[in-house]
Amino acid sequence: MVQIKRTQQDGIDIIRPEGEIDASSSIELDLTIAKSIGEGFTRILVDCSALDYISSAGLGVFMSYIEEMRDKKIRMVLFGMHNKVANTFDILGLNRLLTITATKEEALRALNG
Amino acid sequence: MRTKALIRLLFLLSAIAWLAMVLSALAVSFSMRAGIHPDVPRWLPPVLLNIYLLSTYLYYKLKLERDELLSFTDLLWRVFATGLLAGIISLLLRLIDFLFGASRLTAHFLYKETGYFITVGLWAALLMINLVAWKRLILYQKTRWNYRVWMVFEYGLVGSLVFSALPVSPSENIRLLVLVIFILLAILLAANTRWVAYLSFRQKLTALLLLLLILFYHGYLFYTSNSMVYTLYQSETGVADHRYHLFLQAVFIFILVYGSFSFLVILFNLPTSSAFEKKLEEVVNFQRISQAIQTEQNEESVYKILLETSVSSVNADAAWLEMKTDNPGTALYTFGIDEAEARSLSMHLRDGRTAASAESVTDKARNLSARLKGSRFRSVIVAPVIVKEERVGTLVLVKELADGFNREMQQIAATFANQAGISIENFRLMEEVLQSERYKEELKIARRVQKSLLPQRLEQDACFEAAAFSESADEVGGDYYDTLRLSQNRVGIIIADVSGKGTSAAFHMSQMKGVFHSLADEQTSPEAFMQRANRALAHCLERSSFISAAYFVIDTRKGIIQYARAGHCPVLYYHARSNRAAYLQDEGLALGMLRQDGYAGMINQNTINYEPNDLLVLYTDGITEARNSRGEEFGFDRLSTVISEAHALPAQHIVNRVIDALYEFTGTKNINDDYTILTVKFR
Repeated sequence: MVQIKRTQQDGIDIIRPEGEIDASSSIELDLTIAKSIGEGFTRILVDCSALDYISSAGLGVFMSYIEEMRDKKIRMVLFGMHNKVANTFDILGLNRLLTITATKEEALRALNG
Repeated sequence: MRTKALIRLLFLLSAIAWLAMVLSALAVSFSMRAGIHPDVPRWLPPVLLNIYLLSTYLYYKLKLERDELLSFTDLLWRVFATGLLAGIISLLLRLIDFLFGASRLTAHFLYKETGYFITVGLWAALLMINLVAWKRLILYQKTRWNYRVWMVFEYGLVGSLVFSALPVSPSENIRLLVLVIFILLAILLAANTRWVAYLSFRQKLTALLLLLLILFYHGYLFYTSNSMVYTLYQSETGVADHRYHLFLQAVFIFILVYGSFSFLVILFNLPTSSAFEKKLEEVVNFQRISQAIQTEQNEESVYKILLETSVSSVNADAAWLEMKTDNPGTALYTFGIDEAEARSLSMHLRDGRTAASAESVTDKARNLSARLKGSRFRSVIVAPVIVKEERVGTLVLVKELADGFNREMQQIAATFANQAGISIENFRLMEEVLQSERYKEELKIARRVQKSLLPQRLEQDACFEAAAFSESADEVGGDYYDTLRLSQNRVGIIIADVSGKGTSAAFHMSQMKGVFHSLADEQTSPEAFMQRANRALAHCLERSSFISAAYFVIDTRKGIIQYARAGHCPVLYYHARSNRAAYLQDEGLALGMLRQDGYAGMINQNTINYEPNDLLVLYTDGITEARNSRGEEFGFDRLSTVISEAHALPAQHIVNRVIDALYEFTGTKNINDDYTILTVKFR
């Protein structure tokens, strides 16, 4: 089960999934990101510090937006991952397609840089 | 069979007793008139008479008890038939008397006495069958109280029977007192006329007639016996004189009292019997409809029964049931009215909007009667059919008579509409069950098809052996493994895991198989294979789906493994010489993630020199991410530990050991993801 919170800060949409994202709860993540893009945000932060687990279906959600974001010039940065979650991204090679940082500060820098 | 024999025996006994009684009584009477002391004792005839009464009573009791299902009117009919027979015989005697009235024979006292005995015997028989019948009627739906009263009465009768055989003659006062007590008991018992309520109107009329005739026969036989006995003995006491037989008198009084009571009760119940019948009909109708709901397979036939029964329950002339269907429009089921007329009427009702609800239909019916001018109907009941708080249809009952429905009928209509709702829900549930059964069946087929996509046997040769195990969380899954001989000394091995699970994953898995078998060949390196596979899959996969895969080419001539890992779990390699198991860490992006150019830079190819007894362990994340009840994952360390311990075993055994360890760890075989393991052991 996952709970997804959204806050806005200086025109940046911060998405914070809490709990576990599996095949069924990945739909919620998908909806949240779609909403954020739909509302016209061009800078999106994903706070992964409260994310305990993500399955391949959850990763597929991030993956599915890569091209759309590139086309619309939207930047998305993920930060604060636990080792285990980061490992999942690494194994699939998603770390090479997504911008992933350790802290929020780094993430903000990556976003604005 | 035994009761049948007993009944015959009793009949014989009563016939013999009667004959003996007549002969002995005549003997006594003759001797007395002749003034000689009779050879036959004077007490014998009364005793024989009692034996006759008793056996006749038992005979009728057994005979009527055999027919458990005898209806009340049938019971009265039997009594009446006995009375009729007795009356006819008695009339025949009179006819003989009339024809030979002046002859010496008929004037002889022996003849007269015999005639009297015949009449009394017939009357007694009628009394006995009547007693049995009345007992049955009184004890219908008996309570403890009326059963006790009956027992007192019955003991009283037995007492009077015994007393009647004694050679003592009580004083007139005591006889009167005893008879008064019997009358009181009879009145008490006469209050039990519950059976009357269960007669239909026709049956009540029949019962009235039969009761009247039965009472008439009793009166006639009593009168005949009396007139005979007076001409015979005047005020003297005869040998078997019914005037002084306490038992016969008590029974006679009882039968008259109960018979007249029942007659009056039936008479006064006649006007209400139609209402009672109506209620009974409603109950039967409800029973019919609820039975139909349970057993009828066909929705239409249930509606037909529903309409039929509701019409008969509220005395309507016609009815229809308008049901919403999936398509726009409604389905109409009619009874006593054609569909076109019903449609125009229901349109009428909707326009009038008056009958939208079933409340206070009487007022609305009056309003509606004006609106229904164009039609032959003058009253209407409209009851909504509701399933799960949603109105799915309307039951409409119409009548040609103005103000033809009352509040009660409206409630009945509402109940029928409810029944319709229940039956609709039943059918829906049934439909759902059938549907899900079909889906299950489909999934079973899908599972079978998918199982057949995985190889039945793996390529192996003198240099290596291979074994695998795969299971999916749902009926179908997204894990795939396969082997393909590329040339005499080269074998391709693939393992792949589609993101997500279930049906969509299964479709992509089958695509992966197609991609593998069309792209893998002798000329294609693992790296090139991945690039081409990515390009092929980019056009096939769903937007959010991807496939992690690892592809190995074993070259047994060179003793090397070339491989590329596309986002798949790091491969575990056990090196026999150093006795160490390690995960191969290398870069590689899963297939389908990058659908434009640029994938080439995201994939690497590596080479391993294998040695005998080395182990290549391929698996999917279903294994390492399987969790136990505490939420811990099986993990990479446990997997490598199991492999290190089991490395000496043949490939199949190693696979089994891993799966056993996995089940032991999770405590269940229901793992929440598809999981696959494949081991290659070199020799």
